[in-house]
Amino acid sequence: MVKKKIIVCRCEDLTLEDVEKAIDEGYIDLEELRKKLRIGMGPCQGRVCLPIVMKILERKTGKKIPKESLPKARPPIIPVPLGTLASEEK
Amino acid sequence: MIKKTDVVIIGGGVNGCSLAYNLAKRGIDVTLFEKKYLSSGATGACGAGIRQQWSTKENALLAIESVKIFEKLSRELDEDIEFRQGGYLIMVHDEEEMKQAEKNVSMQRSLGLKVDILEPDEINDIVPILDVKGINAVGATFCPSDGHANPFKTTFAYANAARKLGAKLYTHTTVNKIRVKDGTVVGVSTDKGFIKTSVVVNAAGVWSRDIARLTGVKLPNVPFRKEIMATERFKLLFEAMVISFKDGIYFSQQREGQIVGGIPIPGEKSGYKTMPTFAFLQHMAKTLTRYAPVLKHVNMLRHWTGFYDVTPDARPILGETPGIKGFIQCNGFSGHGFMISPMVTKILTEYIVDGRTSDILEKLSLNRFKGKKIDREMSVVG
Repeated sequence: MVKKKIIVCRCEDLTLEDVEKAIDEGYIDLEELRKKLRIGMGPCQGRVCLPIVMKILERKTGKKIPKESLPKARPPIIPVPLGTLASEEK
Repeated sequence: MIKKTDVVIIGGGVNGCSLAYNLAKRGIDVTLFEKKYLSSGATGACGAGIRQQWSTKENALLAIESVKIFEKLSRELDEDIEFRQGGYLIMVHDEEEMKQAEKNVSMQRSLGLKVDILEPDEINDIVPILDVKGINAVGATFCPSDGHANPFKTTFAYANAARKLGAKLYTHTTVNKIRVKDGTVVGVSTDKGFIKTSVVVNAAGVWSRDIARLTGVKLPNVPFRKEIMATERFKLLFEAMVISFKDGIYFSQQREGQIVGGIPIPGEKSGYKTMPTFAFLQHMAKTLTRYAPVLKHVNMLRHWTGFYDVTPDARPILGETPGIKGFIQCNGFSGHGFMISPMVTKILTEYIVDGRTSDILEKLSLNRFKGKKIDREMSVVG
């Protein structure tokens, strides 16, 4: 398995190696890991990467992460042009 | 958990972590308690800006000295905090604002800051996409050494460096009690046990007033919910942070290409609510596309909320609490705690370790709210 070729987060282009390295450096809190690597801050808002990152973190630390502690998704659900948001029509 | 320590810091935001680092560097045994995770409060929601253009001398001085520290910080902490100096462009919309701007600039220059007043036709040299006529700008002030840094990475870099020097940082640990005996701090109770100490620093952001209340001290701080948004990434079009006190807007394009910015919702009241609102999105999108019409084609990705811990004069509360020896305040940053954190924690370290006080500490002590006249910071956005 080539860890630096396995993409975990497509928005930020992060590999399995990147995620495992950060965990080894001590970022074992999912929120701190997210802020360190910007996981879940791209266009997918974590829908692709966060469940995978959670699994990696659980495997590395041996601790189960409760589902409700997953970082919150922020509005909007999909990206919206600023021009649309600025228009008066509903 | 350990049984005793020289200094307890409550709050794992940028100020708490920076103070832990500075104290540990001086050989002090320091222990930090954070009820959630590091940077979980205002630091984690911060707009990342670093500005020296303030209206009060104390804020300007704290920011100017902080920039000098930020310039060397990545090297000192041996981690990249992504500090960049693209300047701050402050829009001026009318005569009255111009008078205040001239006053601010002359005070800032007296402190050695390089800052210019621009004519309307010079504004697009700095930020080409601004519709200068559309926003009725009669001028602007520009300071090229203002900039921004990554607040998470700065906090983590401070925390990592502090740990290397022996500081103990406990996350997911809640402080329940501060024990005071004969007007002096003697210890702190947490959900993980009791720790003996003679110094407690209250760096708990918007929760500082709850921490202070544990000792019976009433802080005048009020929490204000703020919203902020980020767009998709695109080609770098400008480097400066653009702000307007009149419209309340601030926005910048980060090096990776996304625009990050915020604006207050008209009529917003104080409180601890954290739900993002559609009203913010609309108001922000309208104002931002009025400032830079070309941005109407750019996708907004997400928005989130954070807090300003606001004091009556929009300036921080720093230093020892009158009547309680060893209880140090480090809060009330009113939306600009990140950018002045290097100097704030340096001054507090000098006070805690050497007992050295300073003009700034005296001016920003909790005592100032007893008098009638307060010197209010005018240059607040967001």
